Amino acid sequence: MQKLTSKLKGNKMAQMILLVLYVLVTSLSLYLAQASVTAFLLLLFSLLILYYTELPDRLKWLIAGVVLIGVIPFVSSTGPGYQSYMEVATVVGIYVAMALGLNIVVGLAGLLDLGFVAFFAIGAYTYGIFATGQAANFMPFGTFPLTGESFWIFILIGCFVAALFGVLLGIPVLRVKGDYLAIVTLGFGEIIRIVFNNLDKPVNITNGAMGLASVKPPEIFGYQFVYPNQFYFIVLAILFLVILAVRRFEFSKIGRSWKAVRENEIAAQSVGIHLVRTKLLAFAIGASFSGMMGVVFAAKQTFVDPTSFTLLESITILVMVILGGMGSVPGVILGAAVITILNLQVLTEVTNYLNQLSLDGVISFPEALAPAKMQRFIFGAILIIFAIYRPQGLIPAKNPVFDEESLKEGSEKHRKEKITVEPDKGFQA
Amino acid sequence: MLAEILQSLPQVLVDGIALGAIYAVIALGYTMVYGILELINFAHGEIFMTGAFIGVAMLILMTGMGWLAAMPAVLALILVLVVTSILTGFMGVGIERMAYRPLRNSPKLITLISAIGVSFLLQDLVRFITEYKRGNYILTGPSMFNEKFSIKFSSISSSFSDAFFKTSTLILIVAVVIMMVGLDFFVNKTKWGMAMRAVAQDRETASLMSINVNKVISLTFFIGSALGGATGVLFAVQYGTIDPYIGFILGLKAFTAAVLGGIGNIRGAMAGGLMLGILEMFAAANLQLLTGGIFGAEYKDVFAFAILIIVLIFKPEGLFGKAVTEKV
Repeated sequence: MQKLTSKLKGNKMAQMILLVLYVLVTSLSLYLAQASVTAFLLLLFSLLILYYTELPDRLKWLIAGVVLIGVIPFVSSTGPGYQSYMEVATVVGIYVAMALGLNIVVGLAGLLDLGFVAFFAIGAYTYGIFATGQAANFMPFGTFPLTGESFWIFILIGCFVAALFGVLLGIPVLRVKGDYLAIVTLGFGEIIRIVFNNLDKPVNITNGAMGLASVKPPEIFGYQFVYPNQFYFIVLAILFLVILAVRRFEFSKIGRSWKAVRENEIAAQSVGIHLVRTKLLAFAIGASFSGMMGVVFAAKQTFVDPTSFTLLESITILVMVILGGMGSVPGVILGAAVITILNLQVLTEVTNYLNQLSLDGVISFPEALAPAKMQRFIFGAILIIFAIYRPQGLIPAKNPVFDEESLKEGSEKHRKEKITVEPDKGFQA
Repeated sequence: MLAEILQSLPQVLVDGIALGAIYAVIALGYTMVYGILELINFAHGEIFMTGAFIGVAMLILMTGMGWLAAMPAVLALILVLVVTSILTGFMGVGIERMAYRPLRNSPKLITLISAIGVSFLLQDLVRFITEYKRGNYILTGPSMFNEKFSIKFSSISSSFSDAFFKTSTLILIVAVVIMMVGLDFFVNKTKWGMAMRAVAQDRETASLMSINVNKVISLTFFIGSALGGATGVLFAVQYGTIDPYIGFILGLKAFTAAVLGGIGNIRGAMAGGLMLGILEMFAAANLQLLTGGIFGAEYKDVFAFAILIIVLIFKPEGLFGKAVTEKV
C-alpha cells in the first residue's frame, strides 16, 4: 500500500487516470443500480479524492464542474430515486453555503455565533412574505403575491436584508467580548424565531405559527422551477459564487484582518486594524450567504414556518464548521456535506434498517434509541471529541507561505516604480 | 392602567420571587465557574434539568414502593434533594474532568464549543433514557405540596388584590434561602472558600501558595452543580411537568441574571436572579397592557434577552461588578 501511494505521489497522469476511472466506475454503478444510496455517496466522494490529487487548480475546478453539472444529474436521472438524490444534493449545497458563511464569522474572525440560523430565517421570510399573499396585509401598494420572476431579484434582496440584520446584531455585540458574544447571538436567534412566531398580530406579517404556505416557485421566461433537479442548478450557481467570494476574501486584506482579530484583538488594533469595521464586515458577509440560501430554501420548500429555524439548526451549522476545520474552506465544505448526508440519508436509512430488523423479530429495538432522533447526541459528541482531540478539524486551514527573498526583491522593484510615478497624495489635500 | 398593574402586583411579586429564586441559584453555578475558569458552562442548564429528572424519578420510585406515604413529605423531599445534589455534583465534577480540563490551555472558543457539546449530549441522554423507560420524554411528577394559601394584600389597601401561593412555593423559597446563606458562608468564612476566592483572583499565584488548583476547581463544579441539581428538584415540584429541553432556555436566563448582577460576583448573581424573575413575571402579566395589546405575554423571553443585551451594551460589568481593563 505504501509503495503504491509513494508511486502515485507526484505522478499526475496516474492520479488523473485513477480519478477518471473511479468516477466512471461509481457513475456506472449508480446508473445501473439506481436505488443504491451507496453508489451515490461514492460518486460524491470522488470530489474529495479530487481535492487530494495534485492536479493544477484550474483542472480541479474543471473536473469538479463536469462531475457536478454533468455526471451526477445525468447518471442519477434514469431511476426512481432521481428527485430524492437531487433533493439531497440541493440541501447539501444550501448547507455548504451557510457553513461557509458561518466559517467567516467563527473560523476567520473568531466570533462564536450561536444564532446563525436567524439570518437564514430572515432570507426565507423575505421571499416568503412577498411571494405569497401575505404582503398584501401591510403593503400599501402593489399586488401580491409577486410573480416567480421576482425570485432572482429576491436572492439579492435576501442577501442585503440578512447583511443588514448582521450589522444590526453586530453593533450591540461589538462591545461584548468572546464568550458573552455566544450568549447574545444565541438570544438573538431565539428572539428572531419568537418574533416570527408571533408577528401575526397586530398586523399579520408572518402568519405566526401557521407559516407561509404555497410560496411561488421561481420562474424565468415562463420556465418554472419546481423540482429538486431544477433547484440543484440554482444552488450550484449560487454556491459557485459563494466559494469564489470566500476564496477571494480569505487571502485579501480583509481576510488577514479577520485572522488578526481572531488571534488578538488588542494587538490587531495596534497595527491599525479597524476593529468595529472588521467585525461588522464578518457578520454582514457571513449573514448574506445565509440570507441568499434562505430565499432559495423558501422557494424550494414552498412553505416557511418558524419551526425550521430552531437552535438545533444553528448548532448543526456550527458542527459542520468545527468538523470540517475552522477557517478552512475545503474542510467546511466537507463538514457540511458529511453532516447533511448523515442527517438526511444515513440516520434515516439506519433507523429504517433497525426498525425492519425489530419488525422481523431479529432484535428488539426500542423506538427511543432510533438514530434519527439522536442528532443532538451525535452532534454533541462530535463537538466534544473534535474540541478535545482535533480542534483544527478534518481538513485544517492552511496559510499561503511566501518566499521571503523573492518578496523582498519584488517590493523593492515595486517601490522604485511607485516613487517615480506617483507623488504623495497626502500633501495635496 | 396603573390601577390594573397595582391590582396584580402582589401576585406578580410572589410568582416573580419564586421564579427569581430558581434563576438565582442557577446563576450562582454560572457565576462561580465563570469566576474561576472564565468559561460559560453551557452544560449548567442541563445539569439543572438532569437534577429535575433524577428528583422526579426518585419521587415516582418512592411512590411506587409506598415510601412516600409512609414518611412525612418534607422528609422525603429533603432526602431526594440531598441524593440528587450529590449525584449532580459528581456529574459536574465528571464533566469538568472529561470535557473542560483537557482544554484548559486552549483558546476559549474551543472550550466553549466543548461546553455546547456537553449540553447537547446531556439533553439527548436524558431524553432517550426517559423515553426508553416511560415511552414519553415529558415527565410529570407526583403531586405534592399543593395546599393553597393566600396573603390578604387587599386588607392593606383596596387597590391590591390577594396573592395566592402553594406550599411548594414556600418550600422553594426557604430552601433557596438556606442554600444561598450556606454558600455565602462557605465562600466567605471557610478555608476552602478562601482557596476558591484565591484561585478566582489569580490561578498561578494561588497554586504557588500551596493551593491545589485542580481540587478547588473540582470543588467549585461540585458545589455549583449540586445547587443546580437541587434547584431542578424544587423546580419540578413547583411546576409539575418537565422535559429535557427546559434546561437550555432557563439556563440562558439564569446566565442573564448572572450577567445582570455582575459575572463572577456571588451576591450579585443572587440579586440579579431575583430581579430578573420579578421583571419577567411583571412583563408576562403587564406587557399586553403596557403596549396596548401589540406585544403579549409570549414576548416575555424576548424581554429577558433584551435586558441582557441592554446590560451588556451599557454596563457590561453588571450592576454589582467591577469593571476590568484588559491588559496585553
